[in-house]
Amino acid sequence: MIHITINGETRQFNQPINIEQFVDENNLKGKRIAIERNGEIVPRSQFAEQFLTDGDRLEVVVAVGGG
Amino acid sequence: MDNLIIAGKTYSSRLLVGTGKYKDFSETRAAIEASGAEIITVAIRRTNIGQHADEPNLLDSVPPSKYTLLPNTAGCYTVDDAVRTLRLARELLDGHALVKLEVLGDPRTLYPNIVETIKAAEILVKEGFDVMVYTSDDPIAARQLEEIGCVAIMPLASLIGSGMGILNPWNLQIIIDNARVPVLVDAGVGTASDAAIALELGCDGVLMNTAIAAAHNPVLMASAMRKAVEAGREAYLAGRMAKKMYTASPSSPVEGVIASAPSQ
Repeated sequence: MIHITINGETRQFNQPINIEQFVDENNLKGKRIAIERNGEIVPRSQFAEQFLTDGDRLEVVVAVGGG
Repeated sequence: MDNLIIAGKTYSSRLLVGTGKYKDFSETRAAIEASGAEIITVAIRRTNIGQHADEPNLLDSVPPSKYTLLPNTAGCYTVDDAVRTLRLARELLDGHALVKLEVLGDPRTLYPNIVETIKAAEILVKEGFDVMVYTSDDPIAARQLEEIGCVAIMPLASLIGSGMGILNPWNLQIIIDNARVPVLVDAGVGTASDAAIALELGCDGVLMNTAIAAAHNPVLMASAMRKAVEAGREAYLAGRMAKKMYTASPSSPVEGVIASAPSQ
């Protein structure tokens, strides 16, 4: 079991998961998002290659209204 | 044509608007259309994970194909947070380089932290971002940010969201006179006359959000701001008359009046 902190909240995963699977499972596929993993941008082209490992910190962001 | 050029791209509107504080995306879209703005600021925030699958997305209402989006670093108090936020924005917007940097120093006043702003600007410019930078109305800070390579200097007129208008036109004038990149007033505009004054001073543009979004009728205020910015710019280009402090100058001929003038 691995623990990942996603947008500040800790989540557990029972089996290895890559970022593409994470995006699919959380209804984020096709949405305009950007992902940072441990402080580094994860380009969309690498979603399938990057597997989450225990202790990872993910930030998943969107554009919202602001000035 | 009298255009605004930022980072080599030409814009016909000198009014830049934000997308915060609107009732809904439909009001946001209507206000932006009425404003005539081409550059639109957006914020970058954490998304809900696994909830609200059908939540509307701002970018559906303000499509990047139609507008130049200007992602900001609102809410960032450190160099690291600001730089990471804009890297995420660049990824989100497919390599888009134009960004608005603001590094805040205090949550009550939202006053910029200039030391941190300068450090962040140095990093971002090196990474290829076109940085429009929110700053105080300190002419030295403005000059340093320009020297770093920021593509536009954006001093506050008064505090963000305060609507207090232009409190120090003299400092803005110094910044405008010294700058070789566009200077835009960012923050503090409350109503149309404030925007007109900014352009009359020689500012290249104005960026605003709350003045429109918090008006009772945001769409009408957006239209008013569009006209104020155009009027202020035309007045600046026309060159105002000299002020005569203590002497009037009649607009009508002094000869041929049927009454006799009072003796001096």
